[in-house]
Amino acid sequence: MKPVSLLKWAFLLGLFILFSGTAFVVPETDYVILTQFGKPVGHPIATAGLHFKLPWIQEMHRLEKRVLEWDGPSAEMPTKDKLYIVLDSFGRWRIKDPLAYFLRLRDERSARSRLDDILGSETRNTVARHALVELIRTTKLRKAILDEASVNASGTAAAGLPPIQIGRVGLEEEIAEQSRAKLAEFGIELLDVRFKRINYNPAVSSKIFDRMVSERRQIAERFRSEGAGEAARILGSKDRDLSQIESEAYRKVQAIQGKADAEATAIYAAAYNQSPEAREFYGFTRTLETYRSALNRDTTVVLTTEGGFLRYLKGDSQPPHSP
Amino acid sequence: MAKNFNSAEWNLPPIDLGWVWRGAAVLLAVSALFSCVTSIPADSDGVLTRLGHFQGILKPGLQFRLPFGIDRVVVVPVQRQLKLEFGFGTAGASNREQASREPDLEQSMVTGDLNMALVEWVVQYRIEDPAKYLFQVRDPGATLRAASESIMREVVGDRTVDEVLTIGRQDIENDALLGLKKLCDRYGLGLSIMQVQLRDVHPPRQVQASFNEVNQAQQEKEQSINIANGEYNKAVPRARGQADQKLREAEGYALRRVNEARGDAERYGALLAEYLKAPEVTRQRLYLETMADVLPKLERKIILDEKAGQILPLLPLDQKTKTK
Repeated sequence: MKPVSLLKWAFLLGLFILFSGTAFVVPETDYVILTQFGKPVGHPIATAGLHFKLPWIQEMHRLEKRVLEWDGPSAEMPTKDKLYIVLDSFGRWRIKDPLAYFLRLRDERSARSRLDDILGSETRNTVARHALVELIRTTKLRKAILDEASVNASGTAAAGLPPIQIGRVGLEEEIAEQSRAKLAEFGIELLDVRFKRINYNPAVSSKIFDRMVSERRQIAERFRSEGAGEAARILGSKDRDLSQIESEAYRKVQAIQGKADAEATAIYAAAYNQSPEAREFYGFTRTLETYRSALNRDTTVVLTTEGGFLRYLKGDSQPPHSP
Repeated sequence: MAKNFNSAEWNLPPIDLGWVWRGAAVLLAVSALFSCVTSIPADSDGVLTRLGHFQGILKPGLQFRLPFGIDRVVVVPVQRQLKLEFGFGTAGASNREQASREPDLEQSMVTGDLNMALVEWVVQYRIEDPAKYLFQVRDPGATLRAASESIMREVVGDRTVDEVLTIGRQDIENDALLGLKKLCDRYGLGLSIMQVQLRDVHPPRQVQASFNEVNQAQQEKEQSINIANGEYNKAVPRARGQADQKLREAEGYALRRVNEARGDAERYGALLAEYLKAPEVTRQRLYLETMADVLPKLERKIILDEKAGQILPLLPLDQKTKTK
């Protein structure tokens, strides 16, 4: 290769190096801050595209433009009602003032540690000021849907939801509100804070389990007693219905039979009572029938020869009255 | 042809450096041509940025772009249904973010009546707006995870343990879906939530037995009611039938009684009519007929004359009846 061409190549290379130190690409996701000997120069670059700087003298720092996540460490803390809970919250933030952020924090690691400090302590403060149920529930006026089983249990703890004043979302907003001003001076905008997980600490949860067990036991006992009560009621109505059915039947039977007896009596009376002869003849025939049924072979009769059946035995063959 | 392969006959041309440059240029041109073309899979969109600046969305197929890293294309699977699992993990999932490493912590929740429940659920979603997905929030997947845990606890925290375990499931799914959609819109994740499904929901292991006991007691209750109803059904219809039986018997008695009375009356009427025609003789006849029937049946007959009344006490009545 000729020396001239070599020089030309060296020139091109130098130009390339100069260019690569001068031009840079800012993606949609970043802010860029230029510093000159450690001091920021100009406004932070927020528009994506190709940008230029002085080579070697100016340094380029990238900061995140997107919304960032703060995943809080899970921490144990007491509530107002002295229950120890393990709370795990998360927040969402972004760099609103890149220059302030860059000057005060420099990088994301220190930003995170500030967020941990500020949000952690505000969370503790807020949690300590409220009862556990305020952290758990949200909707103030919500009534629990009760199934058939729990309707009967009204009045027991299992049936309802304890009342609240502020609620979970309100407390989350309270924590965010208190932290916002403190974070603003770092150029950070806090979008929101939310509770991710709330759990009882292990020592508390065994007590909670005991309570749940006793609550369930009580419901089970209620079911059993309801069953026994219902069964007794059914057996009682069985007895009642039986008595009613039997006595009504008795009453009707007596009425029917009585009516029939009365009717029969009337018929007999009408037949036997139509004239004095009829009455007398009834007495006669009835007596004869009675002889037939009342006298049998064990009966001893003493008959006299006077009158009646044996009067002819003494030879009295004259008609008694007729001449 | 080639008879002698001695070196003298090798006619090496002098290395022409110009060819090297030309070759390099051709290579460069070919690689530029190739990097001008990119193919986007059918289930995805491409997000095109030119020197970092967002240019637009590329549809699936073969697409052109400027070479040498001036245009960059990020492929985002917008058609694919993505899934997050909470409280459990399906083994062998292709998406590494699908399940977390701490399912036990995820599933444990406090209900509105301060009881505990273990809840497993699934969130189905799609990337709706790839530009938002890439540029609005860093790590949208992790954000969605955290948001969905938070929303699920918010929803469960408003319900009793009974609702969470049994009757409120549908309700919880709906509320969680609504809440998660709202939160995703507010965060500008560029995701669209398709479904929130509850999987296994159960009480903590330590209290499982007592929950079973409640179910058992409920069964016992049903059982004792059924037994009592059985007793009732065994006795009452039978008693009804028996009562009806008695009534019909009584009706039968009544019919019989009246009919018999009528028969007796008619018979008597007929007899009386004939008697009245000749009372003396009929009377005599009836009397004698009766005596003729009755007297032979009697084994002991004592006939007395009215003048021998004093013999009566000597009659060995007792002895006679005993020897017989």
